[in-house]
Amino acid sequence: MELSGAQILMKMLMEEGVDTIFGFPGGAVIDIYDEMARTDIKHILVRHEQGAVHAADGYARASGRVGVCLVTSGPGATNTVTGIASAYMDSIPIVVITGQVPSHLIGNDAFQEVDIVGITRPCVKHNYLVQNTNDLARIIKEAFYIARSGRPGPVLIDIPKDVVNTKVVFKEPGEIKLKSYNPTYSPNMKQLYKIIDLLKTARRPMIFAGGGVILSGAYKELADFARKAQIPVTTSLMGLGAFPATDPLWLGMIGMHGTYRSNMSTAACDLMIAIGVRFDDRVTGKTDIFASQAKIVHIDIDPTSIRKNIPVSTPVVGDCKITLEHLNKLMAEADLGNLKEKRSGWLHQIKGWKSAGSLNYNQKDIIKPQYVIEKLYELTRGEAVITTEVGQNQMWAAQYYHFDKPGHFITSGGLGVMGFGLPAAIGAQVACPDKIVVDIAGDGSIQMNIQEMATAVQYCLPVKIVILNNGYLGMVRQWQELFYDKRYSCTCMEHAPDFVKLAEAYGAKGLRASKPEEVEEVLSKGLSTDGPVIMDFRVEREECVYPMVPAGAPITEMLLV
Amino acid sequence: MTEEKHILSILVDNQPGVLSRISGLFSGRGFNIESLCVAETIDPNISRLTIVTKGNMPVVEQIKKQLNKLINVIKVHELTGSKYVHREMALIKVNAKQENRAEILRIVDIFRCKVVDVGLDHYTIEVTGDEGKMEAILTLLRPIGIKEIAKTGTIALFREPK
Repeated sequence: MELSGAQILMKMLMEEGVDTIFGFPGGAVIDIYDEMARTDIKHILVRHEQGAVHAADGYARASGRVGVCLVTSGPGATNTVTGIASAYMDSIPIVVITGQVPSHLIGNDAFQEVDIVGITRPCVKHNYLVQNTNDLARIIKEAFYIARSGRPGPVLIDIPKDVVNTKVVFKEPGEIKLKSYNPTYSPNMKQLYKIIDLLKTARRPMIFAGGGVILSGAYKELADFARKAQIPVTTSLMGLGAFPATDPLWLGMIGMHGTYRSNMSTAACDLMIAIGVRFDDRVTGKTDIFASQAKIVHIDIDPTSIRKNIPVSTPVVGDCKITLEHLNKLMAEADLGNLKEKRSGWLHQIKGWKSAGSLNYNQKDIIKPQYVIEKLYELTRGEAVITTEVGQNQMWAAQYYHFDKPGHFITSGGLGVMGFGLPAAIGAQVACPDKIVVDIAGDGSIQMNIQEMATAVQYCLPVKIVILNNGYLGMVRQWQELFYDKRYSCTCMEHAPDFVKLAEAYGAKGLRASKPEEVEEVLSKGLSTDGPVIMDFRVEREECVYPMVPAGAPITEMLLV
Repeated sequence: MTEEKHILSILVDNQPGVLSRISGLFSGRGFNIESLCVAETIDPNISRLTIVTKGNMPVVEQIKKQLNKLINVIKVHELTGSKYVHREMALIKVNAKQENRAEILRIVDIFRCKVVDVGLDHYTIEVTGDEGKMEAILTLLRPIGIKEIAKTGTIALFREPK
């Protein structure tokens, strides 16, 4: 059977179970778009290619499947770089398909030509320039396999226009076998026995869980492990939802804006079991005294994560879910003594830290951003899928919306991309049409990809946007206030659009709250409205995110108010 | 922690772009490359890279892990600490005036290297050996006058057990 490159691409995407593509057409991919119109694949036309990648990313995180995005060559391709880098830092499986100028023009500075494989090399898990239509089917199959296996990540496929147009005899690619790529899923059992021994002697253990727990679907296994072993749990930003925030063993988030008890526990613990984390500098602060009294066990599927930032006594390379399953089994067989009694002193000490009340605030006559998030949590009963932009809005969302389940907190953690939240919300809403999806935004961040409002309206995606509007680039302003003698250099957003009118201009609903007593009403009205809504909350302008650990300081040196 | 020299022998898929993936990994993560040699192996689908790098133990461990993580990297061997043979090669163009010619040939003879090009006022010498030998011959030739020099990096292989 003779098929064109475009037909092979569509056939292979359908075989991979792709039902939705986020993209933007152009000359180099016009034939792919022509072919796609003949399939059942749904295409979401975004307004900027950056939006397409973040939407594919949000789709992947909300659904647990590979997100797919399709763009043209040159500027189409370069516009995806930020989104690719964000997915890479957060280990999100996406496949980005870029068009390329015809093979014979490559290297000639042709119209809309760019070496996207070269540009993205440092921020993809892998990438391909397809040179022959005969390779296309295998490359697509490989790309999906690489994106979703091991430590997941973005894979880019660059396809020249002539490769798309050439017809070849189609051959089904066989089983993918890469001699150079064999992720380790099953842990070394000897190391697990060592962990059991450490559990026997530890007096003040804690678990530090991260995004890897969510990616490997180890939610239940982690909860079983923590409850059986009676060990308190903290998570990184990426790990929020990996352990129920309503569980008595939950410490809150760790790190720069982590809770007091979580950071104090880190300093005092004698055993830290780190699972699916990479010890980011926003978590550790000053590394040489991070958890300095503790033996550290580190479980991760990616060997490069282990001992990259923090010395580790027991390294375990393996999938979080499989490793925790084994550990739970070993723990059931081992005699760990009366754990409730053993841990009571430690858990009591932690309770004492809890009363330090590091997340308190006073709602007075100006709206406090924290209050908006708490009300949102109440009204959605914690069941919404929350996406965020980056900055204060992101941290308040992490601190005041409590996550009980994985897949409900979608944020650009590693790269910290302003403009991530709205397109990610669009992707998440496509993946979960029946869920409430809310983008928590700042007035600065939302303006970075505000054009995607048109996408939400065009496809009737009822995303809700909560803008915590303080007229500042709030997080940078906060740093300037605390560490630069209040020299607010270039952080005052003197001119912003009227977000209510802007929503209306896009054909969406716009609502505003300027007083605390209006907050609940605006939220309930916004949440119950069909279709996309922007809710503009005029919040206290100079509110700061607390607690805070200054960058590079030990994580116990916290500014509490 | 002390920085030490490490020789890594890396087998990779022989595909365009692989070398830049590897060199990009080093530059992007702030690792150091002292020398890098690459060529096809006996299997035309596989190339061997020999990289000489410097760093303390945690850094070298991280370099090896990061290299292994690249999809096109088949195997990373560290040669340092085991038995191996290693060589570099240099082409050295020296001033060869009448009065120096005999001395240069004596040096070539002592170092068991070869003259591969002769002119009225130059010799080009081919020399292979380890770093020490390179340094030694350069020390002797420098006073005579070196016009130009081209050097490869280190290539190396394990010694098989006898």
